[in-house]
Amino acid sequence: MERVAVQAGVLSANQQTAAENRRLFEAQGLLVMNLMSAPGAGKTTLLEATLQALRGRFRMAVIEGDMQTDLDAQRIRALGVRSHQITTGTVCHLDARMVARALAVFPVDELDLLVIENVGNLICPASFDLGESLRVVVSSVAEGAEKPKKYPVMFHKADVVLINKTDLAAASGVDLRELEANIRDVNPRAIVFALSCKTGVGLEAWTEWLQHAMELRGVTAMASVRG
Amino acid sequence: MHEISIAQSIVDIAESKARERNSRPIQVIKLRLGEFTTIVREALEFAFEIAQEGTLAEYARLEIEVVPMVVRCVVCEAVTQPAAGVRLICAQCGFPLEIVSGEELQIEYIEIETEEEESLKWNESRFKPVS
Repeated sequence: MERVAVQAGVLSANQQTAAENRRLFEAQGLLVMNLMSAPGAGKTTLLEATLQALRGRFRMAVIEGDMQTDLDAQRIRALGVRSHQITTGTVCHLDARMVARALAVFPVDELDLLVIENVGNLICPASFDLGESLRVVVSSVAEGAEKPKKYPVMFHKADVVLINKTDLAAASGVDLRELEANIRDVNPRAIVFALSCKTGVGLEAWTEWLQHAMELRGVTAMASVRG
Repeated sequence: MHEISIAQSIVDIAESKARERNSRPIQVIKLRLGEFTTIVREALEFAFEIAQEGTLAEYARLEIEVVPMVVRCVVCEAVTQPAAGVRLICAQCGFPLEIVSGEELQIEYIEIETEEEESLKWNESRFKPVS
């Protein structure tokens, strides 16, 4: 037999497409958020609240990823925000090529923020770079305090972790400090917000942070145009 | 079960390499798989059996080398292997740990039949003595 060196990353094709997506996003000064969580953590509700808070200030659009139905895209459209549904069929995550194809539907040059709501899953989406500049993971209190320990790769790769449904902490018997400590264990650099979309507590801190991140991005984008 | 798309990529990459070598059949695919990935070894092996069907890797063996997770403190530079449960904060000084290895998902090499082996096999199948 003959040995042939390969030395290639198994996900290199996806990473290449993700890099192309990222170049396009950066050239347009567009902030792209990859929003991930387990099913039922409240991603879409949180997204609705976030879009409402930023409405009128930024031009936004959403790509929704689900295995079946366009129910989530309909919810976003009801807010008057442009949205496009990707149904993955049996695939448990979005990949960079699916996003690249969806980009044809959007006037990318007319947007400030693009949110990609990934398929609800704490495992598979962690491995597939989409070209995003911000990885946000939502962990709802009702899932228990141990999710970061059980799915360390997902939490480790997050830039921001949103602890959602804090109003259910007592009912779920979950200690918020323990949950936050578990997040820090696998990701000491993560920016963590605790909030409840139901009561609205803590929501403003997150949306203000995001707005600030968008404004900073606008400044850097303008600076690069001037430079 | 993203192991299916991972297995598909492994076969695609290996096949394209084998095609550069006159499309000779692949015997071995050597994979380095880090401990700190989301890939389940058994699921990947199962998915590979499905993905290899009808390809140049149809009879290939998938050799998996599991790469242990190794972390290094950004401040005191101590290099350790985390025990059960991942904690990426240095036990000595409390600063974040960086991952040195454990995130690998890489094909190292493939082994393909040599031209001699291939023609020998062909001859054998052609001139099999009738028993």
